Amino acid sequence: MLEVSGLVKRFGGFTAVNNVSFRVEQGEILGLIGPNGSGKSTIFNMLSGTLAPTSGSILFAGNEIAGLAPHRIINRGIGRTFQIPRPFRRLTIFENVALAGFYGQGRHSRVKAEEAAERSLAMVGLPIDRHASVDGLGAAGLKKLELAKALATAPKLLLADESLGGLDETEMDQAADMLRNIRDELGITIIWVEHIMGVLMRVVDRVMVLDHGEKISEGLPSAVASDPRVIEVYLGTDAETTQAAAAEARRRAGGQ
Amino acid sequence: MMGQGRLAAWGIGLAALVALPFVYRDPYHLHILVLILIWSFAYTSWSMMGRFGLVSLGHGGFMGIGAYVTALLWNHLGLSPWVGIPVSMAAAGALALIVGYPCFRFRITGHYFVLVTLALSGIVLQVITATRDYTGGSLGYTPNRASGNRLLALQFDDKTTWYLIALAIWLFGIVVWHWVDRSMARHALEAISEDEDAAAAAGVDVTAEKLKITLLSALMTALAGAIYCQYQMFITPDTVSGIAVSLQMVFAAIVGGLFVSLGPTVGAIITILLAETLRIGFGTRAVGWDNLVYGVLLVLFIIFLPKGILGSVLDRLKPQRKVSPNS
Repeated sequence: MLEVSGLVKRFGGFTAVNNVSFRVEQGEILGLIGPNGSGKSTIFNMLSGTLAPTSGSILFAGNEIAGLAPHRIINRGIGRTFQIPRPFRRLTIFENVALAGFYGQGRHSRVKAEEAAERSLAMVGLPIDRHASVDGLGAAGLKKLELAKALATAPKLLLADESLGGLDETEMDQAADMLRNIRDELGITIIWVEHIMGVLMRVVDRVMVLDHGEKISEGLPSAVASDPRVIEVYLGTDAETTQAAAAEARRRAGGQ
Repeated sequence: MMGQGRLAAWGIGLAALVALPFVYRDPYHLHILVLILIWSFAYTSWSMMGRFGLVSLGHGGFMGIGAYVTALLWNHLGLSPWVGIPVSMAAAGALALIVGYPCFRFRITGHYFVLVTLALSGIVLQVITATRDYTGGSLGYTPNRASGNRLLALQFDDKTTWYLIALAIWLFGIVVWHWVDRSMARHALEAISEDEDAAAAAGVDVTAEKLKITLLSALMTALAGAIYCQYQMFITPDTVSGIAVSLQMVFAAIVGGLFVSLGPTVGAIITILLAETLRIGFGTRAVGWDNLVYGVLLVLFIIFLPKGILGSVLDRLKPQRKVSPNS
């Protein structure tokens, strides 16, 4: 469904993403991990059109989308969330989501947009109250709203950017389950960027690891987590966490 | 949706406004009312984009184009204002797109946008002054009196006719304001004014939405300029164009209230009554005083009453009202 090849992004003399290629298959959840500054967010910004690649190609459903404006990419079926939720505080929760439903689906019908908003709010578990203000939402609620906005654009591919930062463990588990539900029930393919390895490892089908803008490993969670390059570069001193994550992933994989 | 009660209130208010010149004929007071209505329309036009944080100081330019293009086409080519006004609006619209597109495409926002539009205002004023062989320069310009059909020339002597025309134009502005207010575009523009990237991620074509509202605002402002010219039959660069006129629009819209449809109208009532009081009370000694008062009031309002007079009064009256923008 998505085929990225030779993706490069330079900011002046600094190469943020260097010749990265990967594929995403229909219906899978791909995890994208890497230390701060490894280029994860830059790749996301190029996939969603916020940044134009310096070179390289991004084929989505067989069509080149590299360098298209964000709204065009969204209308082709790639939705995104932001690392830090960016709600529109002058609009109600419902209007936030209905806006995405209207413009994200090519501005066809306001009625359809409002239906999409109701479905998306229900999916993430926010109340469908037309007058509720964004100011009443906490960290977890804002993350849900962010996800509902992305879902309302009816994406085929969802780019979820570090959606668990700032949540407690229960909320993290709920959010991870929600991403899986979105894939299972709506058939939406997901690329998930995340810092928190443990939770990510138990939900994703495959993982890709970046470091200094380059892909250093890719594969099943269990294999990646025990890859010496990953342990060395990404987790370094924190090897115990990696092994715990790998064990967790193996256990989950075996249990299913 | 408008409630039954509000609709009824609007209906009664409008009926009273239409009936007014037939029962009350004092020409001076009607003249003041016509001015208030025309300027209200201009201020409403400005607030169409101003309410979304697109603060333009270039609207004096659009108003000047509306007034001067219409008058020049009439005097030099004999083109009826019925053709001249659409042409002048198209000219203002084209200028709005030429200035707006690069601004929006390259993300010139906030103070920088204000500065670009300020330059636009200054340029239009300079062009009018510099082409004095055609426009009369700073001495002003008068459309030729029609010898034939008055309707074709859009020139009327009696105040009642002008009052009704101005009332219709004003009402048109209010209707457009409500139409935008209820549209999905309003939500998109609110979103853009908060966070352009997030709006784009919701699928909004940020550049196109900003251009559309700018175009609408410029077209309406040019119409206001043309109507003002047809009514006064005398225009100078300083009364219909330039930075002073632009500032007056900002002042009136903010004082009246940016986020309510009648806010700019309240602003027009205040500014015009203020100018008239100063003119009558102090005569030529008070020339320029109104601008001084505007400036001081503007600072005070932005600090203490950012929703404007009408916006704040409505908030007081209905504390349980749905949260309004900016609160």
